[in-house]
Amino acid sequence: MPVVHETPTAEEFKTEVLEKYSSKVAKKRSKQIIINKVENKEDVPEILANSRTIPGIITMRGCAYAGCKGVVLGPTRDILQITHGPIGCGFYSWLTRRNQTKPVTDQDENYITYAMSTDLQEDEIIFGGEKKLRAAIDEAVAIFHPKAIGIFATCPVGLIGDDVHAVARAMEEKYPDINIFGFSCEGYKGVSQSAGHHVANNKVFTDVVGINDTFTKPGKFKLNILGEYNIGGDAFEIERIVADCGLTLHSTFSGNSTYEEFSSAQNVDLNVVMCHRSINYLAEMMDKKYGIPWFKVNFVGAEATSKSLRKIAQFYQDDELIKKTEAVIEREMAEVEKVRLDVKSRCEGKTAVLYVGGSRAHHYQELLGEIGLNILSAGYEFAHRDDYEGRKVLGSIVIDADSRNIEELTIEADPKRYKPRISAEERAKREKDGFEFADYHGMMSEMPGETLIIDDCNHYELEELLDRFHPDLVCAGVKEKYVVQKRGIPMKQLHSYDYMGPFAGYKGAVNFYREIDRLLNCNAFKFTKAPWDTDPELSATYGFNS
Amino acid sequence: MLLRHTPKEIVERSALTINPAKTCQPVGAMYAALGIHRCLPHSHGSQGCCAYHRSALTRHYAEPIMGSTSSFTEGASVFGGQSNMLESINNIFTLYDPDIIAVNTTCLSEVIGDDLKQIINRAIVDNKIPPGKTVMFASTPSFKGSHVTGYANMLTAMVQNFAEKTGAKNNYVTLLPSFIEPSDMSEIKHIAAEMGVQYIMYPDTSGVVNAPMDGKFHMYPKGGTPKELIRASGDSRSAIALGRVGTFQAAQLLDTKCKVKTDILDLPIGITATDAFVDTLRKTAGVTVPESINTERGQLVDVLCDKAQYVYGKKVSLMGDPDTLYGLVQFCKDAGMRILHVVTGTPAGAKWDRRMKELTGEGTIVKSGAQADLFYLHQLLQNDRPDLLFGNTYCKYISRDMDIPLIRTAFPIYDRIGHSYVPITGYRGGLNLLIKVLDILMERQDRDAPEEKFELVM
Repeated sequence: MPVVHETPTAEEFKTEVLEKYSSKVAKKRSKQIIINKVENKEDVPEILANSRTIPGIITMRGCAYAGCKGVVLGPTRDILQITHGPIGCGFYSWLTRRNQTKPVTDQDENYITYAMSTDLQEDEIIFGGEKKLRAAIDEAVAIFHPKAIGIFATCPVGLIGDDVHAVARAMEEKYPDINIFGFSCEGYKGVSQSAGHHVANNKVFTDVVGINDTFTKPGKFKLNILGEYNIGGDAFEIERIVADCGLTLHSTFSGNSTYEEFSSAQNVDLNVVMCHRSINYLAEMMDKKYGIPWFKVNFVGAEATSKSLRKIAQFYQDDELIKKTEAVIEREMAEVEKVRLDVKSRCEGKTAVLYVGGSRAHHYQELLGEIGLNILSAGYEFAHRDDYEGRKVLGSIVIDADSRNIEELTIEADPKRYKPRISAEERAKREKDGFEFADYHGMMSEMPGETLIIDDCNHYELEELLDRFHPDLVCAGVKEKYVVQKRGIPMKQLHSYDYMGPFAGYKGAVNFYREIDRLLNCNAFKFTKAPWDTDPELSATYGFNS
Repeated sequence: MLLRHTPKEIVERSALTINPAKTCQPVGAMYAALGIHRCLPHSHGSQGCCAYHRSALTRHYAEPIMGSTSSFTEGASVFGGQSNMLESINNIFTLYDPDIIAVNTTCLSEVIGDDLKQIINRAIVDNKIPPGKTVMFASTPSFKGSHVTGYANMLTAMVQNFAEKTGAKNNYVTLLPSFIEPSDMSEIKHIAAEMGVQYIMYPDTSGVVNAPMDGKFHMYPKGGTPKELIRASGDSRSAIALGRVGTFQAAQLLDTKCKVKTDILDLPIGITATDAFVDTLRKTAGVTVPESINTERGQLVDVLCDKAQYVYGKKVSLMGDPDTLYGLVQFCKDAGMRILHVVTGTPAGAKWDRRMKELTGEGTIVKSGAQADLFYLHQLLQNDRPDLLFGNTYCKYISRDMDIPLIRTAFPIYDRIGHSYVPITGYRGGLNLLIKVLDILMERQDRDAPEEKFELVM
């Protein structure tokens, strides 16, 4: 007999969950737990996001350093990265995000397996750590001779006033051939990883992008992909598809990327954005300074991939490209469909919840939908309102004290190099025809009404949710994984992909379908209860009777 | 090719740590705190620390690792973390109902000078701590020591907060283990129980970070030492601390605070060190060694004698935590191996270096503390190649680069399972370890043998 659960409505759930909180906490959380409404497609409710984590709450969030060094810069292979601070931060961000990278030849630089730190000690905290940082850079240069060095500030160096930027400038004078730059990504900045993304974007924009006008790659249709970090080889799959379509991928920010690609990234005609949250700043700034238009894409999900490829082809308005792209889509989809329909027959109607990242919770809904899963609830760890409600709310987001300390760069068109890729008239005409530039509708408009949207979902709320809604699948991060699995509910890590992948593009979609099929249908979780747990009655029979 | 930038030539460094052979204090403190029953670790600082520490322990144990954080933003960093801590205490007791909150500090809260003692007193005065509940703390800035030091500090805080001398001696022997796996905690308890010794052991993470799956999530699994037992350790007849770096401070405090006579030994890894433990336990508890323990010992010795030819004279290099390394080096010496290098990032002190040198004998390079990192170890290995490497998961890059087999014995182990279920301490643990070593060496011998030398019987 399957267990029948009384499933509460979203409204009931919200009310009951808030009851346990103190009134102060409940007041705040009530603005972060939202019941979606989408009668008018664009008219979604307002959510409180990018707001302080409640002290004492077991949170899924990390810090600014994790967003800057861990997420954005981490995947680059030939920018030598030095964490300035005590050992922990550098240690924990060492290879744990599974950013794969493949140098063109064995002789190319690849520092991704090296974790470098100034390993500050008490004396240096008291007397200042800049001297040690300078010495560390000297040592790094002597051993590795890198082209570029990034320095990442941690909490204590910010507090004691070490100026990583001054050290970077001084060391750059000493080593004029090396681009040395610092990031003020102290962990306490902002309220989550998100602050670190912004810090990373700013510095990469001011100190790296645009300094190399000579490097270019052959091809007619050049683009950068922003916000793709090559976890589990996603970027490799996207590279494959994009090349097959006849596009030239100049640089990925920052999966499987090089310094040279970054520094010449302005030599393209288009930026497409995968993870809106982590990198929309860079897209916006490159548009303003160099005239490179951008739009949002999604390579997670086979349909989403096709849609994104079509939009890219449409942007260039080249018949040959459009034809080639359609051929690729047809070829790939034929393979995808075989697996998809088979998997769907076993997964249709199952339910899932997703609390992850600042785009993935949106993207992965498409993939799960392709095999028939229904999403009961979703939310982000470190998103802002625009990731939920769409960029149209950007102007109405109130800047609070925690966001104010993240520098907002004022960008003007580069007098020499600003070159609108398409004229203002052309852009307006295309927009009129329904082609969207520089926009993102956010997650909520694509989710059904009455769905629970939970920002910064915490351990307590996740548990309550599992208790009341009994989803068949949970997608979150490593800290949540075993909490969920102990209950016998399969859980898929969407930060690290549970050491699998790729999940992007067509081959990725197939991998993901098979993986979800395994999670929902393999035997392992059926052993959670022993026979005597489900039928505890003592009713012995004698062997010779049967 | 993944470490192709590591030159063979060893360059002196004074400032740059590359591929550290240690991590920071709070993760050790958090691990120790999980060894108290119904205890929730709390990290006082920015939430990134807590996220990193929980992730590290979660990956190592493949278990839910609970921990809360004061979630500092810039405001708290400027104005102090008292209000965040008080709010945390409120929320934690309301939502998670632990018996104990074990707070560890971070770089951030240490640098701004938050006085946890004062803050906790304030919470007591303000009635924020429900009756019967405890908030304790350990000072664990990451700019001092390592994860092992953090473990030691939290263990000391347990003695400080709970151990009580009432004057009425009980019959318990208190066991204080250094930073070891839950499987090893179980093995030490097993030995004490087999010998009929009444013991109190803390911390005890067995049953907490290797808890069974029963279809429910338990925020506080069955394991962990109840605080009543930690309290009773102050009246125990004697104590044995296992692993000097991780336990010295706590052992000393138990001795001075409660006048419990304490022996400090190495972790019982291998025959020699386990013999020392069993012998001390026998004498201090006044028991005889039972047949079952003799059997376990005899089985280990038997296998070692039978298969000594495969390990004898083999060259070995080790990285890991200081206490485990003492045990492992003795294990290797028991097996007749030659120790080439011993590296720990933990600043274990000159005394540790000296004693390790005495253990290993001439010709072994021993390095601890600053710049004793995996980059340095890799350079050493390029100059004097061992047959076998002991170390954590990060050593797999060196292992692959140099084609040297790796036995995973240190923290963290992200890519293999077993360490939290299969002990390496005690005689049974020694047998596990020996079988592992033999497996990997004999596999290698098979793999490398020319066809005419490839044999069925080994």
